[in-house]
Amino acid sequence: MHFFPFLAAFLLALRLNKAIKFTALRAKWRWPLWGIAALAIGGFILCDDNFEDRVSCIIAAAYLLGTIEYLKRQDDFKSFSILLTAHLPLVAAALINGLAELFVKNFYNNYGSFFVSAEVAAFVWIFIRVATSKKQQQVIKRISERKDELEAMVAARTAELTNQRNALEETVKELKATQAQLIQQEKLASLGELTAGIAHEIQNPLNFVNNFSEVSMELIDEMEAEIAKGDMEEANAIAADIKQNLEKIRHHGKRADGIVKGMLQHSRASSNVKEPTNLNTIADEYFRLAYHGLRAKDKSFNAELVSNFDEHLPLVNMVSQDVGRVLLNMFTNAFYAVHQKQKTIGGDFKPKVEVSTRKIPAPPSGGRGASVEVIVRDNGTGIPDAIKDKIMQPFFTTKPAGEGTGLGLSLSYDIIVKAHKGTININSKEGEGSEFIITLPVS
Amino acid sequence: MKILVVDDEEDVQPLFLQRFRKEIRNNEVELDFAHSGEEALEYLKEKHSEVVLILSDINMPGMSGIELLGHIREDFPTPPPPVVMMVTAYGDEENYKQAMEKGANDFLTKPLDFNLLKEKLKTISE
Repeated sequence: MHFFPFLAAFLLALRLNKAIKFTALRAKWRWPLWGIAALAIGGFILCDDNFEDRVSCIIAAAYLLGTIEYLKRQDDFKSFSILLTAHLPLVAAALINGLAELFVKNFYNNYGSFFVSAEVAAFVWIFIRVATSKKQQQVIKRISERKDELEAMVAARTAELTNQRNALEETVKELKATQAQLIQQEKLASLGELTAGIAHEIQNPLNFVNNFSEVSMELIDEMEAEIAKGDMEEANAIAADIKQNLEKIRHHGKRADGIVKGMLQHSRASSNVKEPTNLNTIADEYFRLAYHGLRAKDKSFNAELVSNFDEHLPLVNMVSQDVGRVLLNMFTNAFYAVHQKQKTIGGDFKPKVEVSTRKIPAPPSGGRGASVEVIVRDNGTGIPDAIKDKIMQPFFTTKPAGEGTGLGLSLSYDIIVKAHKGTININSKEGEGSEFIITLPVS
Repeated sequence: MKILVVDDEEDVQPLFLQRFRKEIRNNEVELDFAHSGEEALEYLKEKHSEVVLILSDINMPGMSGIELLGHIREDFPTPPPPVVMMVTAYGDEENYKQAMEKGANDFLTKPLDFNLLKEKLKTISE
């Protein structure tokens, strides 16, 4: 029975052709598949006419096997391997049929119907196999659809999370920029407080520069007159004076120079380089600047300035412009507090702001080295207990809107405690005054 | 004429000495200096009768010029009381008012105009 293998090959070619009808494979495989189908018909007719059934069976089986093996080796038909494999039993049945007919003729004649039944069964098997595999494929398709669905959901969720993360990163970046801006603003605000004080501090040395140069010109006129008179002794005395004046001019010029440099340093971004610094000098400088700054704003303000500097204070390793800002902030606060009290009480109240420095030797138990202490004390309004916990918080201020940034003490805390490993302690009694104690390790 | 100059800036001393060089040489003027209100009061305890004019800065650490003026007017009322001129870098109303209330004779602003000061001295000595 060579009919079934040829029919199977023919149907296989048709089925594959149908399966690839709407795919890219069509162009490549359309004609080869038609060829396989045509060869199957041709083969069947040829065998039917020329050969005995036993030879035809083997030819048909070989043709089917060849077709299957050929197609199996094609990558394009990988997904049809179940279908292709399903034909193998038919190949085997036809082959056995042909061989039996060829070599055991009697046996075949007696039991030929079994061989035909086997071939029919193998042929039917192809269709059963294809039907079940179709079902399987449907299940697989459903699963893969579900998988795609889930993957799409995961992708959507991932995109959402990525967006959120990007948005958060953007926000953090903005916050950092804002923080930097605020710190700069606080610096500018304190520079504003300083400006008036600086103007006053520069005015003094400038007055001396002008006065000494003016008087020196007069002296030169006088000296010339003395030389003309022949009084060389007096002329020499005047010359000595002039020389002294030029030194004074230089001294005061340098003084103004130092103040301007200090001002520039204050407004510049901190260099963060710690250097051994004389804390007394810095405290003294900012003490006066803060006072004159406030005075320039409000002429009616007056306060007694007391400074008790420890002359044997060791140099402290610090970023001087940062610590200077802290001190300026403390002084400005102190003057503000006494000024507020003066405005409410008036009359006999004598505003007083005091700055003291002292060395604290290293404790004998060891562990820590020596440190220095700066105390800024005022007899102003004091800090109410209710807000004592809050004054170090950023943006907390008791000043009217627009007057304070609320960052002064918070930045001071960062500079002293975080950057210099020091401490800030506050003693205050409402109505009596405040005391800020800054401690800095010497090295 | 004896003048006491009160200022916490030390260089005020050589400046005044040179500005009044001629006057000092001609014995028209004699200058003395104090660097604080406290020092000025100490000085005045002994020599208040000799001093004709006191030129005092207002803004000084410790006793301010205004306080010094108050003390001078209270402690040395004996006639003739010294002429007191206040000098300040802050030429503002409030300072001026306070100085005048406490009995200052004049109010000058820094930087000092020495020619103007000399003119004023002439009117005092006449």
